[in-house]
Amino acid sequence: MIKNLFNRMEFLIGIVILILIVVMAFGSASFFTVQNLMYQLDAYSGDIIFAMGLLVVLIAGGIDISFMATASASVYIAAKLSLIYHIENPILALACISVSAIAFGLINAFFIYNMKMVSIIVTISMQSVIFGLLMYFTDGRLIYDLPEWWVEPTNLYTFGSSGNLYSITVPIMVLALCIALTIFILNKTSLGKQVYALGGNQEAAHRIGINVGVLHYFAYGYMGFMAGIAGFVQSYRNSEINPSALVGKELDILAAVVLGGASLTGGKGSVIGTILGISLIAIIKNGLNLAGVSSYSFDIIIGLCILVAITITHIHERKKKLS
Amino acid sequence: MLNTKKIDPAMRNLFLLWFAVIAFFTYMKGGEFLSEQTFQSIAFVMPELGLLTLAMFAPLLSGGFNLAIIVIANVTSLFGIAVFHIFQVSEMSIGMQGLMIAVVFVASLLIAMLCGLIIGFMVSYVGAHPILVTLGMMTLLKGVGIIATSGRAVSGVPDVLKFFGNSTIWAIPVPLFIFVGIAILLHLFMTRTTYGRYIYLIGSNINAVYFSGINTKRVVMFIYILSSALATVAGYLMMARFNSSRVGYGDAYLLLTVLIAILGGTDPNGGFGKVSTIAVALLVLQTISTGLNIMGTSQYLSMAMWGLVLLGAMSFKYIKDHYKKKMYVKKAAKATNNDN
Amino acid sequence: MEQDLFLSAKNISKYFAGTIALNKVDIDLRKGEVHCLAGMNGCGKSTFIKIISGVYTPEKNALIEFDDASYSKLTPSQAIKEGVQVIFQDLSLFPNLTVAENIGVKQFASSLFAINKRKSQREIAQKVLDELGFTMELDVKVADLSIANRQIIAICRAIANDGKLLVMDEPTASLTRQEVRSLEKVVKTLTKRGITIVFVSHRLEEVLDISDRVTVLRDGVKVGTYPASEMNTQRLGELMTGIKIESSIKEHDYSSKENIIEVRGLTRKDEYSDISFSIKKGEVLGLGGLLGSGRTELATTLFGIHKPDSGEILVKGKPVFFRNHSDAVSQRIGYVSEDRLSLGAIMEQSIADNITVSVLNKISSRRIGVVRSKSEREQIKHWIKELSIKIGFETEPISTLSGGNQQKVMLAKWLATDPELLILDSPTVGVDVSAKASIYALVDKLASAGMSILMISDEVPELYYNCDRVLHMKDGKLIGEYAPREIEEHKLMEIIND
Repeated sequence: MIKNLFNRMEFLIGIVILILIVVMAFGSASFFTVQNLMYQLDAYSGDIIFAMGLLVVLIAGGIDISFMATASASVYIAAKLSLIYHIENPILALACISVSAIAFGLINAFFIYNMKMVSIIVTISMQSVIFGLLMYFTDGRLIYDLPEWWVEPTNLYTFGSSGNLYSITVPIMVLALCIALTIFILNKTSLGKQVYALGGNQEAAHRIGINVGVLHYFAYGYMGFMAGIAGFVQSYRNSEINPSALVGKELDILAAVVLGGASLTGGKGSVIGTILGISLIAIIKNGLNLAGVSSYSFDIIIGLCILVAITITHIHERKKKLS
Repeated sequence: MLNTKKIDPAMRNLFLLWFAVIAFFTYMKGGEFLSEQTFQSIAFVMPELGLLTLAMFAPLLSGGFNLAIIVIANVTSLFGIAVFHIFQVSEMSIGMQGLMIAVVFVASLLIAMLCGLIIGFMVSYVGAHPILVTLGMMTLLKGVGIIATSGRAVSGVPDVLKFFGNSTIWAIPVPLFIFVGIAILLHLFMTRTTYGRYIYLIGSNINAVYFSGINTKRVVMFIYILSSALATVAGYLMMARFNSSRVGYGDAYLLLTVLIAILGGTDPNGGFGKVSTIAVALLVLQTISTGLNIMGTSQYLSMAMWGLVLLGAMSFKYIKDHYKKKMYVKKAAKATNNDN
Repeated sequence: MEQDLFLSAKNISKYFAGTIALNKVDIDLRKGEVHCLAGMNGCGKSTFIKIISGVYTPEKNALIEFDDASYSKLTPSQAIKEGVQVIFQDLSLFPNLTVAENIGVKQFASSLFAINKRKSQREIAQKVLDELGFTMELDVKVADLSIANRQIIAICRAIANDGKLLVMDEPTASLTRQEVRSLEKVVKTLTKRGITIVFVSHRLEEVLDISDRVTVLRDGVKVGTYPASEMNTQRLGELMTGIKIESSIKEHDYSSKENIIEVRGLTRKDEYSDISFSIKKGEVLGLGGLLGSGRTELATTLFGIHKPDSGEILVKGKPVFFRNHSDAVSQRIGYVSEDRLSLGAIMEQSIADNITVSVLNKISSRRIGVVRSKSEREQIKHWIKELSIKIGFETEPISTLSGGNQQKVMLAKWLATDPELLILDSPTVGVDVSAKASIYALVDKLASAGMSILMISDEVPELYYNCDRVLHMKDGKLIGEYAPREIEEHKLMEIIND
């Protein structure tokens, strides 16, 4: 069992994170504080929610490049409709975001499953289509005059003593819900197990009587759903909707999810690992920031992290094969 | 791979599509579209995108991927421009400029090839997924470029180099000559030489090729070196045309190159694809986007169009193949029923 | 429907693009019997399996009858409901899931929205393992298991899924003889419980050992169903091919000739140790032994893919060191892999490319490697004719050929390199009986022309009739050498298979 633990990428990254935390806690007083933790959680909530969706798609053996475009478009559509029809009801707006985002995901699934196309090609194309049309129809105009509930920073719960008050913000709440939902689906339901089975061996899944088509629609639909929610969280945090703010950052999320142990060949990955993957990147950025290192060096360090991580995993796998 | 004298149907369809596109825009805009200027503008933009597409094509053909092409183009041209500044190449005589540019260009190529070598090593010897390796490399190089420039554009390209980006010979832009020349060379390389042929075969089944006595690891390394070198040429063309370089120039091209390569008949799973059809696909797409530009629509509409065209083309192909199979089965059924 | 029948399939036909895979076939399967489907590649046996398991839809007017229901076509879930369980050759397991999850797959595969019952899943898995008399850790990932253990998991899964009919497609292809024995035991346990077993296998002796009845298919048509007790391998072979087969021991004159290759004390940790032998010019040397005896590892070492830890390899008396397999090729050694599907043929690519891939560098100009298309065309034409490979067009993908013709292309690929030593690793796996005969004839012809051949095989008769000497390898060591002229076939079989 212990040996098993060592074999897992999650464990390795966990150790690295632990070391980093200790080092940085000594280096900077403001790093190891609840304040900073809450702030970082709030800041990375969108990224983690995107990552939850992408994780499901990767486990199912696919890949999605279009989720940032999906997020931008679905949030924009919902905001425009809210403004035109004076919808003040958050539920209705969120439903609108979800429906359009899921629809985009289902279109991906249609081409990938029914038209038997390669997932990366389909989602690259869909990214072009969705983002292109979004920019064409909006001319890249930002939306500032969002309904009040959409932009008003709300603290759902506040704790701590009078001097140090910490609050659970809406993004943190939404993040917690998304993580819980993903964990529940992947680990506790037969649907989740089927997704793992699909990624492990699609042909076998089909033969055993698993409805492979439904799973494709679920995986890409769920990715869309998470993208919509993440897009909402981002717009909430920024108090504005910028149609071109997100597209182009897909690969950052992909890097983090893969760093967390998901495999591009499918069947592997966990929510905990994914969160650790994003945390690793976040901690490095945050630590460097606090240490006063120029933010320009982030990319170098993240790039190195990715290259080192894949080298370690592959050397590890090779050793395992030999023994 | 042996010569078949028939016209490739993919090629034919692309040409038909091209004529249809020209007809459409001519109908919409008449002389304004059908002018020398239009085709010259197509010819100026096409080469850099084309070279980047070829840089993506080589790995795709082998069943791989290269997300680092744009960054390699950026970083190598930034290196070039930095050296030009240090030695004040712009002040030199034309002859000296030419010499310096040649030397610096070769140095840039070497840097790119080193990056390609590392990618190839990680893919072939370490055995990591090409998307991951090139993603890591892309992030790393982007960081290097941004640190060196603070993310700003650097300008000041020597006149001789500008000539390669902006001049015309017999009304044909110089970059087009470069692109066509490289495309022809690459086509010959892919179809006529051993390494080129290995790349196709590796795309279908790398293990079987390895067990045929071929050092496939060396071939895979070569693929990424070639890809990086092609990206460098594209980077220099962009630098020459814009008179500057910056990390992020051409970022939008990255996924576009994949679309063009696939639309040009490259099999997304590797093993099949041709330089010639890719060149025609490129022509089609550039014509569409230039046409839309003349009609005054945004470039984003053409972006959406490209995605739609690809999805449409691939769906059409799938449905056609599916239908063909069904017809075969029907025929077979009829034949056996007639037997009895 | 008769009382003791489990399934009765009538008038089953299936057409594919251009070919008729099955033509009006009727097959009955009794409860508790072991029924073998025999036939050459492409005779329609796997198509039949796919039809009764619901993967393929049969043509009109088909009828598949069970005890209480009859269908004109089945869906996979209907087939599973009726108790049809297929164990495909690739086993169709989920490598990323645990033993318990694989065996108890029904727990999560049957409905989308259910909460995982980890505990009951483990109980089911444990119960089935106990019933069949296996012990295995439940939380190990299947990716970490041996092939034989995976096979057990696949059988357990079929039983856990209430399988009443177990179809095993080539179940013994990748098992050692001992593992085959324990599989036979499991089969007996299963039939006692009234479960019907359908066996598809290439190994004729084994088929007859295990089965109660044999149905022979040829070219999509049923030849007949026979009790296994009234059948022998030769008769079965004849029914499958429609040709009479005769075997005789082939001999070659090599005693006075030079050693082409010699190995001394070759050792590679955990794979083989202290291997010494030599092959003379024009000799066919057989290497027998069970799977896992180290024979393939030894072969790949001679081909330069693996490096030995100690010992030396001498080519024509000179010690050589292979840095990689290109070095071996330049010493004129060729290797036809046992795994044609993934290590041999480049399936999507043309027949022509598959022939010339090994010699492209030879038929190209030295400096920049431009392939001379004229010599390439000559090579292709020459080998297609020389080996009488049956093709439509050489530009068609090799996947359109039959197994036998694919294997001939593999041979052509290596013969084109003009080797002095050709290593044939299981050269007739997945090749039908008639193509086998022509491959044997080719081996004979090549040896007579002076080529040395190292033939590795699972099938003792193959070694017995084609080799001048047979080496016996066990647990990584050479433990015996036999000359076919001096030993009887069944004795050699007993020795090597134990």
